[in-house]
Amino acid sequence: MSQKGQAGRRGDRVRSDCWISVEPRDSGGVSIELKSRVEAMYGAAIRETIESGLAALGVEHAAVEVADAGALPFVLMARLEAAVKRARPETEAELLPEMAAWSTYGTLRDRFRRSRLYLPGDQAKLMINAGLHGPDGVILDLEDSVATTEKDAARFVVRNALRQVDFQGAERMVRINQIPAGLDDLPYVVPHNPHVILIPKCETPEHVTAVDERVKAILAEQGIDTPIYLMPIVESALGCWRAYEIASASDSVVALTIGLEDYTADIGTQRTNEGRESFWARSQVVNAARAAGVQPIDTVFSDVTDMDGLTASVLEAKSLGFDGKGCIHPRQIEVIHRGFTPTEAEIEKAKRIVLAFDEAEKKGLGVVSLGSKMIDPPVVKRALRTVDLAVRSGVLSGNWQEGGGEDA
Amino acid sequence: MPKAELARNAAGRMVPTEINGREAVPYKGVAAHRPTGTRAAPAIPTVMDYPDCGNKTVENIKAALEAAGIRDGMTISTHHHLRNGDFVANAVFEAAAELGVKDLMWFPSASFPCHASMIDHMKNGVVHHIEGSMNGPLGAFCSSGGMRGMGVLRSHGGRYQAVQDGEVHIDIAVIAAPTADPFGNAHGLDGPAACGLLGFALADSQYADKVIVVTDTLIEFPCVPWQIQGNYVDYVTTMDAIGDASKIVSGTTQITKSPDRLRIAEMTAQFVREAGIMEQGFSFQAGAGGTALSFAIFLMEMMREAGVTARFVRGGSTQYLTRMLEEGLTDYILDGQTFDLDGVRSMRENPTHVNTSPFTSYNYHGKGNFASMLDCVVLGATEVDVNFNANVVTHSDGQLLHGIGGWQNCLFSKCTILPIPSFRDRIPVLVDEVTTLCGPGELIDVIVTERGIAINPRREDLLSAVSGSGLPIRPIEEIKAEVETIVGGPPAKPAFGDRVVAAIKWVDGTVIDSVRQLG
Repeated sequence: MSQKGQAGRRGDRVRSDCWISVEPRDSGGVSIELKSRVEAMYGAAIRETIESGLAALGVEHAAVEVADAGALPFVLMARLEAAVKRARPETEAELLPEMAAWSTYGTLRDRFRRSRLYLPGDQAKLMINAGLHGPDGVILDLEDSVATTEKDAARFVVRNALRQVDFQGAERMVRINQIPAGLDDLPYVVPHNPHVILIPKCETPEHVTAVDERVKAILAEQGIDTPIYLMPIVESALGCWRAYEIASASDSVVALTIGLEDYTADIGTQRTNEGRESFWARSQVVNAARAAGVQPIDTVFSDVTDMDGLTASVLEAKSLGFDGKGCIHPRQIEVIHRGFTPTEAEIEKAKRIVLAFDEAEKKGLGVVSLGSKMIDPPVVKRALRTVDLAVRSGVLSGNWQEGGGEDA
Repeated sequence: MPKAELARNAAGRMVPTEINGREAVPYKGVAAHRPTGTRAAPAIPTVMDYPDCGNKTVENIKAALEAAGIRDGMTISTHHHLRNGDFVANAVFEAAAELGVKDLMWFPSASFPCHASMIDHMKNGVVHHIEGSMNGPLGAFCSSGGMRGMGVLRSHGGRYQAVQDGEVHIDIAVIAAPTADPFGNAHGLDGPAACGLLGFALADSQYADKVIVVTDTLIEFPCVPWQIQGNYVDYVTTMDAIGDASKIVSGTTQITKSPDRLRIAEMTAQFVREAGIMEQGFSFQAGAGGTALSFAIFLMEMMREAGVTARFVRGGSTQYLTRMLEEGLTDYILDGQTFDLDGVRSMRENPTHVNTSPFTSYNYHGKGNFASMLDCVVLGATEVDVNFNANVVTHSDGQLLHGIGGWQNCLFSKCTILPIPSFRDRIPVLVDEVTTLCGPGELIDVIVTERGIAINPRREDLLSAVSGSGLPIRPIEEIKAEVETIVGGPPAKPAFGDRVVAAIKWVDGTVIDSVRQLG
């Protein structure tokens, strides 16, 4: 008994992807009908990928059709695995591309998360060069950007991208589906060095702990001791109301963010550019995150052509207390980074506080003071962060304390 | 067809020593070939053969071709200023077919997909072969060995050179004219098929035995400015429409939305600034391709910020270049072709938006040319190898797909920059050795890819100029190796047959490479 499994995309407008059909049969070995734009250069390599892939997935006899538009090997493998598993859902073997050396770097709990670039989980083309645009983080999305019929296929693309794509030092994030369904995404991503899992439509602390426990169980099973961090997204009235509980539900949470499309619908209004309707929710998220000691991150700005609007939105987010913002197009990254870069006045003030702090440390004083004014610890902490951000943004020399600061 | 004798040229490429019955000189190196003798010239005309009233009109193209004495084996030229909207070249060969003429050589300044009907003319014997760019379907036809003669691809400057030194003798030139008068004066500034300028037809008007002007907008004498001078013209005729305006110039030129291309364009502009090229009174040339256009826009922004203006920029002009001109960011546009309606308007209205030709800009037999005076030029390529050699006519699958255009001629600028993706889909653009050599690496200075900028090691001056700039300067081999890791190894070489189907000329008329039949 055989059932045909198909996966991927085809058509004139498809690039860097492929469509594969696998029809397992009882005998006759593997036959491959290949149409490829890169046939002259990679026809043999594609056949080899398909043949060895089928063997790894335990398919000995099958009629295979491939329509290829220049898919990279990891994409071919993802499409092949999806096609085979649609034909034979009982298949347990995985078809894993090699874990590239450039996919093994780690992250830090308190790294900067100014920009995070959303990448639809079923579109490998957009992932390949995403890291080159320098976002602080990339989000391989399994949730809203993936059609419900492609959820299974997107898991393989995301998993293989985690193993093969060089994200150039960006924090590697994955947005799973809404809990509880999203818990079933975790086995496909957790073993492959994601740094942060985004939990969408998070409404209760139990959503967080459920993900945290499943992640930790998989890590233990795999013998991995690198922690994976969590970033809940609150997108409803209830989620916002319980924001502090959510942000403090687990030590794994490093940041809290907000999704406004669903939120505004939930409270019975519409999203506007001015954003008056979401002012409370955004401030609530900032307050909850700060109270829990995690980073508050703002939502995305969705008009990719309006750079002035984006700049205004970033400055507003910064003034509300957010540390970062989501983006959906690489051109938004630089605008966001510029917006979160401290101003000259902010840097000057922070430098004075940091110097006063160092002075107090040196003298063993318990209290930091600037002139006649006493400086409280949170202010010192913020100043340290401002200086750090200024250095990383390239507007302040790293050795400013040794006289490098004057030309900043 | 007899198998061509091949020789190894100075670039190490095997090239034919005879092309379509004429001896061919293998490429000797950059600035190594010095032809002697005198320029070619058509027979001397006399005014007594032309009507004193100045009216040279004939009924239609067929009548004009007959009057011009068309016969088997002649060379007929047309031009590409109407781009993919051209109706004239097809009409000429349609008329030739009706007249029962055979074995013509088509000598276009470039071909477009709209000329696919030439394949039928080649199959039924009207056209013997093409010497000119072979794009899209024509390229595929030539690569598959369908053409009887050998294709010859020349740069815009190389075409002028071949006409001037007699390598190609044009029997009949047919010039599509958006506006013309009965005497044969013509320009491209007005009329439904307005395209700006007619520079690609200049050599043909002066050197062909017979010159026919075809227009759909015949006005009373005088038609000024006479971009084509009626004194060179034998016959004038009309057709209802010489082209499809929507395919000649675009209403508005679109800049690329691709984040990778925008990144490459921005890095290119940053390089030009950081290398000290963007200085008061500088000059540059950039085409109308998505990346080149975006480069110009980024550079314009940087020029505004720095308060720097250019003395001249060379087009293909677009609304963006005209904005530069009208904003005072450049004193002049020296334009080779206009790509959008705003470019045409500006050329009509602005005396500092000047039309040029391959003679002024690219010609090897000129006493100098504009291209070598440019401070920098931004060009494309299908492949670049680790020695900075580049290909523009074939892809890695070996199929002819593009013409050379002014590309080879522009390599002589003071800084030649190729902003290109390091791979397209799965196909590496950076390779060990280019499939077809069109431009020698010694003339190509900088490759800007999304993964970093490679500077030709010969250009130590550029390397030191940008050191400390923060730009991602990387060895070309390193970027290539990274790409090969991503795409799963280097590409397999195409399976070529023995037969040479096309020769690639260098700017001096020597043969720099050949293209072989596929399969």
